[in-house]
Amino acid sequence: MAPLLQLSGVSKRYGGVQANSGIDLSVDAGTIHAILGENGAGKSTLMKLIYGVERPDEGQVFWQGGAVALSSPSDARRLGIGMVFQHFSLFETLSVVQNMALIVPGSKTELATRIRDLGAAFGLSVDPQAMVHSLSVGERQRVEIIRCLLLNPKLLILDEPTSVLPPQSVALLFDTLRALRAKGMAILFISHKLEEIRELCDCATILRQGKVTARLDPRQGTAHELATLMIGRPMPPPVHPTPHGLGEERLALSNLTFANEDPFGVSLKDVSLSVRGGEILGIAGISGNGQQELAALISGEIALKSVASAVTLMGQPVGNLGAAARRKRGLAFVPEDRLGRGAVPDMSLADNALLTAHSRGLVQNGFINRKAERAFTADCIARFDVRTAGPQAEAGSLSGGNLQKFIMGREMMLEPSVLLVAQPTWGVDIGAASEIRQRLVAMRNAGAAIVVISEEIDELFEICDRLQVLHKGHLSPSQDVAATSVEQIGTYMIGAAA
Amino acid sequence: MKITFERRTALSRPVLFAAPVIALGLAMLTSLILFAALGKPAGQALYSLLLEPFVGWYNISEVLLKMGPLMLIAQGLAIGFRANVFNIGAEGQLIIGALFASALPIYFPEGSSPLMLPAMIALGALGGAAWAGIAAGLRVRFNANEILVTLMLTLIATQVLNYLLLGPWKDPNGFNFPQSVIFPDAALLPILLSGTRVNISVLAALLLSALAYVMMRHRFAGYQLLVGGLAPRAARYAGFTEARAVWVSLLVGGLMAGLAGACEVAGPLGQLQRSVSTGYGYSAIIVAYLGGLNPLGIVVSAFLMAALFIGGDNAMVSADLPVAAVFVFQGLLLVFYLASLTFIRHRVIFNWAARA
Repeated sequence: MAPLLQLSGVSKRYGGVQANSGIDLSVDAGTIHAILGENGAGKSTLMKLIYGVERPDEGQVFWQGGAVALSSPSDARRLGIGMVFQHFSLFETLSVVQNMALIVPGSKTELATRIRDLGAAFGLSVDPQAMVHSLSVGERQRVEIIRCLLLNPKLLILDEPTSVLPPQSVALLFDTLRALRAKGMAILFISHKLEEIRELCDCATILRQGKVTARLDPRQGTAHELATLMIGRPMPPPVHPTPHGLGEERLALSNLTFANEDPFGVSLKDVSLSVRGGEILGIAGISGNGQQELAALISGEIALKSVASAVTLMGQPVGNLGAAARRKRGLAFVPEDRLGRGAVPDMSLADNALLTAHSRGLVQNGFINRKAERAFTADCIARFDVRTAGPQAEAGSLSGGNLQKFIMGREMMLEPSVLLVAQPTWGVDIGAASEIRQRLVAMRNAGAAIVVISEEIDELFEICDRLQVLHKGHLSPSQDVAATSVEQIGTYMIGAAA
Repeated sequence: MKITFERRTALSRPVLFAAPVIALGLAMLTSLILFAALGKPAGQALYSLLLEPFVGWYNISEVLLKMGPLMLIAQGLAIGFRANVFNIGAEGQLIIGALFASALPIYFPEGSSPLMLPAMIALGALGGAAWAGIAAGLRVRFNANEILVTLMLTLIATQVLNYLLLGPWKDPNGFNFPQSVIFPDAALLPILLSGTRVNISVLAALLLSALAYVMMRHRFAGYQLLVGGLAPRAARYAGFTEARAVWVSLLVGGLMAGLAGACEVAGPLGQLQRSVSTGYGYSAIIVAYLGGLNPLGIVVSAFLMAALFIGGDNAMVSADLPVAAVFVFQGLLLVFYLASLTFIRHRVIFNWAARA
């Protein structure tokens, strides 16, 4: 029997970048097929070709044995292909059933019944009348999946579905996917999380630099072998920090309360934390629970009008000071969004070095010292292995991982007493991510106080000494990493802890 | 069909210089057609508009005379535009600058102090900056949109000018014309080229252009403004305050416009009259963009725009063109410039298959 979906020799080029080249793929009904690869390996492009968002430059797509040319997602949906994107496409101000009715034909009462039935059959319980803005991320993902299922797809594509979920919800999602497989559905599961793929998938296709490098049964290999195939060289060893002498308290928030004026923002309530030199504090939690607000309140991008003492740096109250004044006192910050915040995309790397490193002799008497600027930038590029044409390259031309290394390098070269890092490895490939983690631990060992805000639990467990969890603007008590577990942190992440 | 714009990755400098040239060509072509449709002698009109300003010493000197204020104002505006602060009320700031500068010779019409002229220039700059400062204060304190505020302040400035010229500052021996007394010699700028109306303000404008270049290329303060314009969140991240950018942009823009106003009354006009406001403040916006918001580019574009002003005057006489035709030509120039810049920077991709 012909496979459900088959790709043969599919290539796609964007400008100068060969995103996919000569890809062969075959997906059978009743299997969960993993597409594994680092960021930039071509996974998303491949899915766009299958879902009809883009058309291949070369190669052919076969559906149930017959050649097809998909020119839009609605073509793909007609064939029976459904896709759940990493970033959800739901209207927050509408109810669940209203969102469904926008795409799926049928009366609302009928739809509501079908939503309940599907929920019961596949463990996707959602109240059809609930407003989307009141749902948790896990519930919203269920809504997206149900919306696909209502169209009776034969193939379901999930793009990094676990990246937004707390550990408990991941297990529920996997049960659902297994139930769908049992009904004969094919699932394409895109991920770079090796353990998940080994747990769930029947077969895996590994992409590297736009090409297929391996096809295998993930249950046969170890995570280490998969990683080696994925990044093309052995995985660097994890850096587990060893206990270390602690210094003075460098950064503290005490009972910080912040009422957000933005109706879609998060307010922080009674947040307290304290970090001393020589330790890394991790802030766990799913994005959107106040991480952005917390980072801005520490960095000074949001300054408090009253209660300056709610934020202290080196024991001095700084809550009312702006970002520049806090930087002067020894704070450095790597924000989660690099383009447009951590760096100016249209400016050269040298000019981007000036952004925060101006105090290090790059400006004299108000004049920019171009020589010093170039030297600092070249130094940063060399020391942090930034792959780029040179200091004059535009920041926007760098890949996400390389730009992150540059920004991280720039902030570290400021030799800060306190380093705040938000989502250090978002969109960064595995090789660069492990390098960044090693750098952070090295800096901690040199005596810096470091705060890492991340939603990657594994990462936090690997590098942090203590963890606190942010959930709906509340920060949990501090837990020693050695004395806690992923499950316990997960409980805080969904707000289930007492 | 779906049309998408894709940013080109590498652009050579010569290609960027092509934009103003293409714009000029297209504007000429379009206006030829327009003038012909109006039943005017198109060839004669274009000759008057584009070539006559460069024929003869007198015409060239008049171009230089107009170039001064355009260049001054555009340099100030460009600094703000690059910081995303849109002061479009330079016209009003120019009027207030002219008023402030005129106060001295109007109250001391027999004055002969050598300090009169410097004081007038300083007052003019101060007046323009103060007028723009109102918009800055409102923006910083109440987040009032500076585009609207500067524009409305221009309307107010015009009425203040009218009031003074029709009332307290009217020349008692002026046959009831709305104009002030003729200024004494001590209140007039020295002539640069004898036999013409060109005064030393054009040199001052060039000097300030050089300063603007240094400020935006080599000063950290200029860099901070650029960051604020290109990536406001990066500016906040680095701790460059937006309020400062707003104040600096508007004060510099107002100061330069005020200076231009002072130079007009102390230069070719020699008195305060309604015609101090001839649209320099608005034309300078076009000059700033045609010059790519670059201090050096602005020197060139100010020269071109000044030539266009003179050419427009000529064309009205020789080809019987309406005043509006000149403004239409200016508008065409700006639109074609922005369009050609867009097409040079981006590739257009037609996707016939996709249903947009």
